[in-house]
Amino acid sequence: MKFVRWLADIDRRIIFLVIAVAVVIPLLLPLGMRVKVTPQTESIYEEVENLPPGSNVLVAFDYDPAAAPEVHPMALAFLRHCFTKKHKVIIMALWPQGAQMAVSALAEVGKEYDLEYGRDYVNLGYKPGGDIVIKSLGASLGEVFPKDMAGEPTAGLAILAKVRNLKDIDLVMDLSAGDPGIPAWVRVANALYQRKVAGGCTAVSAPQFFPYLQTGQLVGLLGGLKGAAEYESVLAYAGKASRRMDAQSIAHLVIIVFIIFANISYFILRRQREEKREGPRTGPAASP
Amino acid sequence: MDGLTLLGTWIAALLTLCILSFLYKDNPFYKFAEYLFVGVSAGFWIAYNYHNLLLPNLIDPLKGAFVVLLLEGRLDFRWLTIIAGLLGVTMLFRFFPKAAWVSRYGIAFSVGLGAGLMFIVYLQANCIYQIWGTVKLSPVVITEGPGGQHFDWPTSVSNTLLIVGVVSALVYFYFSKEHKGVLGSTARLGIWFLMVSFGAAFGYTVMARISLLIGRMEFLIDGWLRPAVIAPIQGALASLGLL
Amino acid sequence: MRREIPMIVAFVAGVTIILEFFVPALRDVASQIQKWYLVVIAFAILVGAFNLLRINYMKIRYRRADWPYSFALIAGLFAMAIIGIGWGIKEGTVFDWLFNYLIFPMSSTVFALLAFFVASAAYRAFRARTVDATLLLVAAVVVMLGQVPIGSAWVPAWWPDSLVFLTPDWLKDRIMNIFNTAGQRAILIGASLGVVSTSLRILLGIERSYLGEE
Repeated sequence: MKFVRWLADIDRRIIFLVIAVAVVIPLLLPLGMRVKVTPQTESIYEEVENLPPGSNVLVAFDYDPAAAPEVHPMALAFLRHCFTKKHKVIIMALWPQGAQMAVSALAEVGKEYDLEYGRDYVNLGYKPGGDIVIKSLGASLGEVFPKDMAGEPTAGLAILAKVRNLKDIDLVMDLSAGDPGIPAWVRVANALYQRKVAGGCTAVSAPQFFPYLQTGQLVGLLGGLKGAAEYESVLAYAGKASRRMDAQSIAHLVIIVFIIFANISYFILRRQREEKREGPRTGPAASP
Repeated sequence: MDGLTLLGTWIAALLTLCILSFLYKDNPFYKFAEYLFVGVSAGFWIAYNYHNLLLPNLIDPLKGAFVVLLLEGRLDFRWLTIIAGLLGVTMLFRFFPKAAWVSRYGIAFSVGLGAGLMFIVYLQANCIYQIWGTVKLSPVVITEGPGGQHFDWPTSVSNTLLIVGVVSALVYFYFSKEHKGVLGSTARLGIWFLMVSFGAAFGYTVMARISLLIGRMEFLIDGWLRPAVIAPIQGALASLGLL
Repeated sequence: MRREIPMIVAFVAGVTIILEFFVPALRDVASQIQKWYLVVIAFAILVGAFNLLRINYMKIRYRRADWPYSFALIAGLFAMAIIGIGWGIKEGTVFDWLFNYLIFPMSSTVFALLAFFVASAAYRAFRARTVDATLLLVAAVVVMLGQVPIGSAWVPAWWPDSLVFLTPDWLKDRIMNIFNTAGQRAILIGASLGVVSTSLRILLGIERSYLGEE
């Protein structure tokens, strides 16, 4: 019974330590487990595959470093896929730190391909205002972004010569960590301008976007680290997300074990309390 | 690893450890990192605000319009941007209590514009499309197979559950009538659907938080300890002939 | 007039956006005022930054709790803003370096702390006390298992298709695509009806809290 009480009142720092160990060990000793690809991920892959080379893909970096471990691997995988298929990538951000995350992603992926800034891709930078910015893009991309992220005029860029507004975009991919993010792109780019919108988001926000999948307002969804690992898997390369899934597995198992132990101790202690309240069981013959 | 990267990696690692130290208890290292984080984030936003907003969307158009006025002596439509600037400047009046009411112009403009757009897009994307997505589902699905038509029971069951789930959960949110009788039982069913979806959301939340921790641990091991601590020590030992 | 004119401004701005959908002639006007919005928001961001500075200046001036840390906040704010505005923000600048080695680690670590607290919360508060709590708990555990490879790793290759419904992966997909979609859709519809009615109240001048009124 002492052990059960100890379990119920365990110091939270012991829980912290166990979680840290559960995460660190698989990082040092990877298990190499493979993730199963869901239809939501496959549909994004198919969408990019089926676009003719040279299609205009708008990638919105609507996340910050806080969501990077989950969303940044998606950004890297998606950019690789677009550049491999020779699509034109137009990057923008509704989050200020998203534009800088795009700088990091392009620095990493860009060197793997023979790309020219302004012809194959552009980083337009950040604009605040969520839905209203997207709505403005429906009128004119150049007027919302007269200059790119680094302050260079966008007027002469070859990539934007054929892209006047949102209607010239073949696919929108929003990498989102909250609002403004996927909901804003669905509300405006899809509902108002009938653009195809795909999304990659943190696991926290993923469940709220499932209704959009069922209606087709979202063509696909990468949910959290698993979504990123799935996209790496369909592209047949082992990126950071795939490597991190081992640690994710062990940590989930540990938390489930915590929940089971906590419930066992709860039920034992509850039964004990009830027995005390009812008094010792002496049988019907002994009762007055 | 060059000098600047090494320095950066050490700073990043120390700041990471400062914040993680909060797990033991609140302490000055954590507080320092917390305040610094808020400060640099705000500074980051100001710099972006200048380069990505004020410069291209306010200062440059007005500069261009002024040049046209000087050289060609005509007013062009870019002067209209001055209205935006004036509306924006009204926001700064919040710092002067006696004139704080002036800021209402900027606030009213942005709130009104937002309300107008939200009215349309929420109605269309989140109400009509979502209701239509439920209404169009058929509880009885017949599919063509090799042996002719047959009842597709998995799709039929999932469609039925989805319709029942949406309707019962909406009934739970209907507070204009007391939840008794049929309404009460339906609302109770709605709670169960909501509970399962909250449970799923919790499962996803756990996943998200663990992913973030993995990211930081990975940095401490592969980004800092291995290249910036162990590798230089091994290098030093090797140069001394100890390895 | 200090109240009525701003209300008229809100009405005109909002109604112009709504009417644009029905009156194409208004498209240019709507496009123009949408561009103004960006500038107004830019000033709103400045108000936020100035306010942060003001609060921390006051903290130092009146030696309020934790005041020495406010120096770190103010120094960080000025350093980042001055370096960014003065020397640019693109790749390879000092600003980019500061983002990568200061903001990135601090931002992601602050949120990584939540992993520990969510584990602790799961341990302390997740109890199967009632039917509702049990449903929540079971759904969470199934989703947690179904989301990671180890959840299905125990399922052998010969596992019969007729028993697939016993695997966490299958159960998780059903929970997400049926129960979660139903629950989230009801929330989505309910919340958006709230947004639609609040928007209407703002445009008609019934809702005035944004003007600083009750």
